[in-house]
Amino acid sequence: MNFGDLVKMSKDERKPLHEIILEEEYEELGVPVEFTRKGAAKILKAIIREGARNFGKQQKTLTGMTGMNAWKMKNYKQKLISDFNRIAMISALSFAESNAAMGRIVACPTAGACGVMSGIVYALWKKDENFDKLLDSFIVAGGIGDVISKKATLAGAEGGCQAEIGSGAAMAAAMLTYYYTGDGEKCAHAAAIALKSLMGLVCDPVGGFVEVPCVKRNATAVNIAIASAEMAMAGIESVIPFDEVVEAMGKVGRALPESLRETGKGGIAATPTAKRILKELKL
Amino acid sequence: MAILEVLGPVMVGPSSSHTLGALRIARFAYKFSGGIPEKVKFTLHGSFAETHKGHGTDKALLAGILGMRADDERIKDAYKIADKLGVEYEFAQDDLGDVHPNTVLIETWKGENEYSIMGSSIGGGKIRIVRIKDVECDIAWEYNTLVLVMKDKPGAMAKILERITKNIANLYMRRVNVAENKAISIIESDENLPNEDLKRMKDCDYVYKLFYIPRD
Repeated sequence: MNFGDLVKMSKDERKPLHEIILEEEYEELGVPVEFTRKGAAKILKAIIREGARNFGKQQKTLTGMTGMNAWKMKNYKQKLISDFNRIAMISALSFAESNAAMGRIVACPTAGACGVMSGIVYALWKKDENFDKLLDSFIVAGGIGDVISKKATLAGAEGGCQAEIGSGAAMAAAMLTYYYTGDGEKCAHAAAIALKSLMGLVCDPVGGFVEVPCVKRNATAVNIAIASAEMAMAGIESVIPFDEVVEAMGKVGRALPESLRETGKGGIAATPTAKRILKELKL
Repeated sequence: MAILEVLGPVMVGPSSSHTLGALRIARFAYKFSGGIPEKVKFTLHGSFAETHKGHGTDKALLAGILGMRADDERIKDAYKIADKLGVEYEFAQDDLGDVHPNTVLIETWKGENEYSIMGSSIGGGKIRIVRIKDVECDIAWEYNTLVLVMKDKPGAMAKILERITKNIANLYMRRVNVAENKAISIIESDENLPNEDLKRMKDCDYVYKLFYIPRD
């Protein structure tokens, strides 16, 4: 199913997009609408709970290569970005660090990219505490992720980091846009803009561990999601439709050499400093 | 893939293939062994062997054999908890042959029983149990799974199946020992199999051994 078809159905039937997505889930897989909605609500609650518990906490990662970033960001008064961006970034860092420290996270859409969606969810929650509205938008983000997983991939080992952080940013951009406008077409533009911004991003974790550069990429990507949503809400359209952008992302992923797909052999993982750090690691 | 699989699951990091998948294989072995074993040996292959410490794969495996769930934050303390419970554990590395890079062989000892289970973590937290004892199989553990060691005789399967009252999703059987007329059947079901069904099957003359591993 194309995302564009879902948007069209929503328009034709004059039904909110999140309802169309839930109904499609039933049509295709036989999963009852209420089951999916309840399941999504449970996951959303887990994000809010863990988001509050770990916000800006001091965390050390498994290898010690990184950590303490959320805490530093929390103790700093931002000079440029808005309070919303600040909360989303701190939360994204907190989730990504918790993930690297064997803490509880929500793999939305993956463990390595868990901070992008979770960070934005938490920032939206802190803003309004409107659970039902947030849940509707969360379901739309699920629809975006589902299309990516079927037409391309969500796995860094298959498609590089664009498939993980890129997909997370696309989902988050659509979630933000839906939250504020309820407009399916604008959601597709927001997701397309975000995914295009991160297209080609390689998966190059130092030593193969989900720490460097993964943790910080989660925090920069929330800003790409926010910027993409703002553009779409301003009426800016993606020249290339979302579904075609997804297919292009899948092709780029397949064209990436293995060294840039989660093997820890290329990109920043192959730099002299990365090699030195690995030599000094005591595991 | 369903939307809920994209939006979740809730788990302990850092990696769905190195932590979540590893834990699920070990948790399958825990349920297969009928609880926490007295002794366990993990033999890690390929990428599991190379990077298991930085990914916490060792802790996830140990936590799984202790029966912990994927979102249990005590996973990182698995060594301490295993010591406290007096579970003997050993980690080894070996080439397990032509298998997926993320594969582990789990051998457990519990009472008089010895089991060995080989599983692969194939990405996104999905697993395949590829060998039970010496028998090759292909179990994704997405269903409630019943493993039967049974008599390989005409009509045996029919006699066993008539004791199951629930809908069967998948069923496969393979002969494992011609001389002893032994076969292994794997039955996967959407619904949980009630105790009465399991008891009726255990009482069946054609069934030597029965292992029921409900999904999480």
